[in-house]
Formats: sequence, C-alpha cells, structure tokens
Amino acid sequence: MPDGMTEIPVRFTLNGAEAEAAVAPRMPLIDLLRGEFGLTGTKRSCDAQVCGACAVLLDGQPVSSCTLPAFEARGKAVLTVEGLAADERSAPLTEAFVNNAAFQCGFCTPGMLLAAKALLDADPAPSEETIKDALSGNVCRCTGYKKIVEAVEEAAEAMR
Amino acid sequence: MLLAQESGAAALYAGGTELLLAMKSGLLAYDALINVKSIAGLDAVAADDRGVVIGASATHSAVERDALARERLPLLAEVEHSVANARVRNVGTLAGNLCFAEPHSDPATLLLIYEAELDAQGPSASRRIPVGELQTNSYETSLAPDEMVTAVRVPPFPAGMSGAYSKFGRHHRPTLGVAAAVAVEDGRVADVRIAIGCVSPVARRLPRSEDVLRGERVDGLAADAPALREACRLAAEDADAVADLHGEADYKAHLARVFLERTLLRALGRNGSGGDA
Ligand SMILES: Cc1cc2nc3c(=O)[nH]c(=O)nc-3n(C[C@H](O)[C@H](O)[C@H](O)COP(=O)(O)OP(=O)(O)OC[C@H]3O[C@@H](n4cnc5c(N)ncnc54)[C@H](O)[C@@H]3O)c2cc1C
Repeated sequence: MPDGMTEIPVRFTLNGAEAEAAVAPRMPLIDLLRGEFGLTGTKRSCDAQVCGACAVLLDGQPVSSCTLPAFEARGKAVLTVEGLAADERSAPLTEAFVNNAAFQCGFCTPGMLLAAKALLDADPAPSEETIKDALSGNVCRCTGYKKIVEAVEEAAEAMR
Repeated sequence: MLLAQESGAAALYAGGTELLLAMKSGLLAYDALINVKSIAGLDAVAADDRGVVIGASATHSAVERDALARERLPLLAEVEHSVANARVRNVGTLAGNLCFAEPHSDPATLLLIYEAELDAQGPSASRRIPVGELQTNSYETSLAPDEMVTAVRVPPFPAGMSGAYSKFGRHHRPTLGVAAAVAVEDGRVADVRIAIGCVSPVARRLPRSEDVLRGERVDGLAADAPALREACRLAAEDADAVADLHGEADYKAHLARVFLERTLLRALGRNGSGGDA
C-alpha cells in the first residue's frame, strides 16, 4: 500500500489485558508485539511460517506472527510467551521444560511452549503421537525433540 | 466490484499465507489488498444437494475440524490435516490454496477425484468451474482478473467408493501427491478415479491408468498383479513429470509408479469399511 496509507486502529486483548495500537496495513504482528509492546519473547527466525519461533496464540490457536498482519488481531485475544509465563495455570508446562532440559539455546522455546499450550487446552491427555503431531511444525535445531515431547507429557500429567 | 475498479493494482487477500510471503520477498507488488474475510458468510462449511460447500474464507483447520466435512468427506478432512503446519492451516484457506495455483498442492490433486467444483463470481455474472479447469499453469488460473472464487463444492464419493491419498516429500511442500478411489461390485473394480499432482505444473487425472483397472477382479490385484503394474507404469508416463527443486523428472516418474501402487492398495483395503477414508 502507498506509504501515506492511513494506519488501522487495532483494539485487542494482549496477554489478558486490553491493548490498543494504530498499525500500518503491512505491519506484521511480530513487529507490533516486539516494537510497540516490548514483548521480545516472540522470535523472528525463518520469516516464512515454517519454523514456529514467532508463534503466538490468536484466540487460542497458533499463528505465525512473522507474516500475519497486525490488524488481524482486531477484536481478538493474543497470547505471547510472556503471557504464558505470567499465567499460574501454565506453570507446570514451563517447569516441565526446565525439569526435562527441553531446550539448549532456547530460541524455539517460546513457540514450542505456545504450541504445547494450544494442544493441552484442546486435549489434556494427548498421546505421544498427538504431541509429536501438534509440535511437528515447530523446528528445534539443538535439543532434538525427545526431551520436548517428554516435557509436554509430564506437563499434561501435572495439569490434569 | 472493488476488484474490477482496482484493475490489476489490487489483489484478493484471504489468509495471506502465500500472498504476503510473495510480497515480502518482492515477487509480487500490489497497491491494495481486498480482504476476502470481510465478505460476510464466506467462512461457512455447509451442505447442499450434492455435497459440502466450503466458503472461500474457510481455513484448512476449519475444514479439518468441521463435523459435516469429517462425516461426508473424511478423506478430505484427513488430507487437510496434513497440509503445511498448524499455524498455516489456522490462517490459510482452502480456496486460497487452489487460487494461488502453486504446483505443489495437496487439495488441488485430491479434489480431482472428488470431482469438486468452484463457484466463481464476477462483477455481473457467476459460473461453476470444475476444479480441474481452474489451474492452467504454475501460478496461473482461468479466473478473470475481476473474478473471485466464493466457494468450493465437494460432492462425497458415490456410495461404495473408498479413497486414499499419499504424499511424499522432504521440503515444506509435497514433492508428490497421489489420490485414488475405487468402487467394487461383485468382486470387480466397478469404478476408479486416480489423480496425481506436484510432479508437474498442474495436477491431473490419469484416465489410461483408470481404464486398465476398470473391470479387473479385486482379489487378483495384489502388489505385483499385471493390471496394477500396467496402471502404475502408465501413471509414470502420463504424469509428465518435470524437473524442479524437488528433483529430476525420472525420479518423480519413479515416485509416481511406487506411490500409485501403494495408494491403490490402500484404497482397496479400505473398501467395504463404509467410509471414503
Ligand atoms: C510453510 C508452508 C507450508 C505449506 N505446505 C503445504 C502443503 O504441505 N500442502 C499444500 O497443499 N499447501 C501447502 N502450503 C500452501 C498453503 O496451503 C497455502 O499457503 C494456503 O492455503 C493459501 O491460502 P491463503 O488463504 O493464505 O491464500 P492467500 O495468500 O490469501 O492468497 C493466495 C492467492 O490466491 C488468491 N486468492 C485468495 N482467495 C481467493 C479467492 N477467494 N478467489 C480468487 N483468488 C483468491 C490471492 O489473490 C493470492 O494470489 C504451505 C504454505 C506454507 C507457507
């Protein structure tokens, strides 16, 4: 869109609180979260919706914030890893990642946690297959996936 | 209407999972995007007299989870779950997948054996397009610049027909997709539909392979049966595989042969189970 194009007002729920912003039509959600709200837990990596590092939950469902336009948050609820970390009900999930050493560099961890949260919200007792399927779109390049799957299994048990 | 006015400077935007990537990388540029999702009612998945009508704003996730689609089109629901990753499925639409005409599409291949149709709406007229007539080449469709798809109409398989779909690949998108459905009567193949995609610019039905199998006794169709081998050999020829980043033409022709055999045997194995998946 031409540079002079008017900004779009966006009111949404961000990590449980009301939020407001005016965004350029082409601004991806990740730039709003990191740039305007300082929520740097959301990571940009492949920038092509492949790796999952930029995943956030939009109305409870994972989306790639690197590509989703920020205006798509209008009227919806966005959850980032900061919101998950502040949510006591999700504490067993983050603790299980620590207990199982389910990360090394940690760059994929925010996306993994959010994908796992979306799964556990829908299915509190997922099978190993279901966990692998739900996390299959999130790429980890150092830990490998075994510990991550085990962490989600442990979290599911603790949260039931 | 808006699309007609903007002539060429505007594009339809549904989930944007293709369009915005292409714009980010500078492959496409538009002054304006028209949001398909802002048109009321296009996100529905509903029944019509022939089958299931999937609105242009319905995402892959919506189709995969929809009760009606799962009941009447279980194979489509199963394949929709295998498209991309959960994030792309939550945002990307089935109609957007077809309209982008990317050669490596799962639904473009599968919907050929469902004999699906698209509703297209222009400024003054609407028409039905058989799914096999939408895509004309890589990234090219038969849609007019001021036409949009409003729905994908998918009839269930006829009673007694079961289907299977196989995809293979090591990239984000499939290198090969094969769809097959078989109806058995009195121990013989009464009807069969076969489609192949991703190995050439446009997915296609394989009528010569279908003809070889029609009328064959089912109990004779083990893995090395002559009719099955001939159908798969013809598929490797008729697929017209081309070389691209996913591999050489010969390699893809080989994949076509191997995967058609597996897919047909799975479709036959599902026969009599009462569902299309
Ligand atoms: C990482 C990744 C992996 C993927 N893996 C797979 C895979 O395994 N299998 C597979 O099949 N696909 C795969 N895809 C493709 C995916 O299915 C599509 O990106 C998605 O369905 C496109 O829908 P959209 O709504 O986002 O389309 P958009 O990006 O909004 O639009 C795509 C194109 O279609 C046009 N368009 C959109 N809606 C209409 C309409 N109603 N009428 C006319 N034109 C329209 C737009 O103008 C644009 O040119 C993958 C994509 C990504 C990014």
